[in-house]
Amino acid sequence: MSGLSISNLSMRFDLPNGDYVQALQDVTLTLAQGELMSVLGPSGCGKTTLLNIVAGFLAPTSGELVLNGHEVRGPDAERGMVFQQGALFEWMSVRENVSFGPRMAGKSEREWGQNVDHLLDIVGLQDFKQKAIYELSGGMQQRVALARCLANDPDVILMDEPLGALDALTREKMQSLVLKLWKETGKTIILITHSVEEALLLGERLLVMAPRPGRIHKEYRLPFADLGVGEDLREVKKHPEFAQRREEILGMIWDMEEEIMGRQEESA
Amino acid sequence: MIPLLIYLGIFIVSFFIVRTVTDQAQKGFNARKTVTFGDESAVKPNRIASVISVLALFFLWGSFTGSSLLPGFLHMPGAFVGTTTFEYTARADDGTEDSATVTVIVHPAQDKTNAPEVDPGEGWAKDDGAAIGAYRSGLIRVDKNDEKGREVGHTVIAVNGQPISPGVDVFVNNARIGMSEKGTLNFEPDKGWQMEAIWLPPPEKVVERLGEIASEGYRDSTLYEHLGYSLFRVIVGFFFGALVGIPLGYAMGLSNWFRGWFDPIVEFMRPVPPLALIPLIIIWFGIGETGKIILLFLAALWIMAIAARAGVSGVAISKVHAAYSLGASKRQIMRYVIVPNSLPEIFTGARVAMGVCWGTVVAAELVAAEQGAGMMIMVASKFQLTDIVILGIILIGIIGFGIDILMRMAEKWLVPWKGRV
Ligand SMILES: Nc1ncnc2c1ncn2[C@@H]1O[C@H](COP(=O)(O)OP(=O)(O)OP(=O)(O)O)[C@@H](O)[C@H]1O
Ligand SMILES: [Mg+2]
Repeated sequence: MSGLSISNLSMRFDLPNGDYVQALQDVTLTLAQGELMSVLGPSGCGKTTLLNIVAGFLAPTSGELVLNGHEVRGPDAERGMVFQQGALFEWMSVRENVSFGPRMAGKSEREWGQNVDHLLDIVGLQDFKQKAIYELSGGMQQRVALARCLANDPDVILMDEPLGALDALTREKMQSLVLKLWKETGKTIILITHSVEEALLLGERLLVMAPRPGRIHKEYRLPFADLGVGEDLREVKKHPEFAQRREEILGMIWDMEEEIMGRQEESA
Repeated sequence: MIPLLIYLGIFIVSFFIVRTVTDQAQKGFNARKTVTFGDESAVKPNRIASVISVLALFFLWGSFTGSSLLPGFLHMPGAFVGTTTFEYTARADDGTEDSATVTVIVHPAQDKTNAPEVDPGEGWAKDDGAAIGAYRSGLIRVDKNDEKGREVGHTVIAVNGQPISPGVDVFVNNARIGMSEKGTLNFEPDKGWQMEAIWLPPPEKVVERLGEIASEGYRDSTLYEHLGYSLFRVIVGFFFGALVGIPLGYAMGLSNWFRGWFDPIVEFMRPVPPLALIPLIIIWFGIGETGKIILLFLAALWIMAIAARAGVSGVAISKVHAAYSLGASKRQIMRYVIVPNSLPEIFTGARVAMGVCWGTVVAAELVAAEQGAGMMIMVASKFQLTDIVILGIILIGIIGFGIDILMRMAEKWLVPWKGRV
């Protein structure tokens, strides 16, 4: 069976003072090969925890996680990760960063050289190959992170707010790039974001999570990602359904936030 | 006190002169800043001030030592050297008073000079001659050649017409004259404001001494051997300290067991200054090379271990996670992520360790050594060879500074991303 299947996943953090946080409760979902799912939710609803479990950095307290027919145990090259920032290796050049995965697998430059240079072309960094990381802008650094992940050819790409630290214009360009790479490579992608627009634009599927305990609140299937490939994303945003969905989901998240606030006031 | 006031004066006066003479406008981006007081990044060292600061120190040094490098009018008044006279009045038991002149030659202290021959002159008090070294003082028995000596109650009652008695001083030309309990005159020539060479030699004497030691050596070893021994000890001690300390720090940063085992040792040894270990090291290993190198090894060990440990804990977990997701093994994580990521911390530690080692080796050599920069100044100080002591201090400072500059250059080259992440 190809694809990612998550069943009854729960995660509970026991705190030193005897208390605990139920970060995830009974999360069940399946992702087919090549699907792009964006994840939205108020802060603290367990998005990062979910992603860390899928990446293999955390072991869930209960539940099952199966990728392509085998259970996930620990991090592996089949699941690549793109962090918000700060995960590039400053002591390596751009090209060394991008070729890190293949090099660690013991491949020779003859094997990875062409692919890495091709990826650097795609993300528009062909002229920055030998530059140091600290010489790049934030947007360029995220493109390096993206290329580094792709160069390792994972089955699943996990992104935790990859564009969160970028300015609006760079962000829009990067969104187009993510869509383009997704279509070209056919990777399964889980993308966490705080931007409802971004979630709508990029997610073929959209998962809204609710906090305390962290759980799936609602799931959508959306047409915008397919519309957006090779298109001006601003055109997609003008779609009447786009505005309607945006309002709906914003309202949903607002309600959740308000509920949290109310609960906090009660307990205070 | 006087040198301090002059120094302060130069500081203030040159500030105002430089401010009016030079263009004070900041260049570049800082020129556009309206808030500079409190903005540390807007403070750039004024290089003119640095130059004047160094020159002022040498000026004061030269001026207060009568350096031949400075024109005479810049010298502080020196100690009196030359011939001077004073007159004393004595009274004998029979009530008669008589006066006589004393001629004193004040000569540089290291020269031997005989008292001048003087014509005894008229009266029962006879004229005297004496020779006294500059910066010294000497008793002058003026009654010795007088016709009415102490056996008939010879007492000096005045000098240059001013009454004198034990505890009362009289100032005459170029000297101060006091009187001992027994009534002997004590002649103390004016010292002036300059320092005597045995306290502070002029700069050119130090340079001269440098040439002399560089060509002839000191205490059976050449200058290069002395400095080389010190440097050698530092480098070997630091090398082994780093060789053991860095892996130890990594292990402490990566393993619970290592952290638990070595934490008490490292935390206990860290505040113990290496100097406090010198006596124990001497008891155990004697004063030879082994003891010194072990001391420096210990001085560097804890610093390097702590630096490496901090380097490991400073790795952003997202980098480690990213490397694992890219398929790296534990070994590869170590080699390609943890070690390079800890280099900035290790370099900071190495600079501190080098500084501490350099200081410790000099101190250890002060206590006991056959060769070395510290030994050189210690032995020289026992013989009052102040020029060698000062020379040694300057060389120690220059070498310590040089080591730090080399370390900084290596750091820039090996860790170009430091502070830019
Ligand atoms: N290591 C941990 N120890 C204890 N509690 C934790 C830990 N990691 C996360 N939590 C808790 O789990 C819950 C979910 O955290 P998580 O980081 O997954 O939220 P998130 O949805 O990613 O939030 P954000 O949008 O702010 O990134 C939070 O309440 C958080 O406090
Ligand atoms: Mg998060």
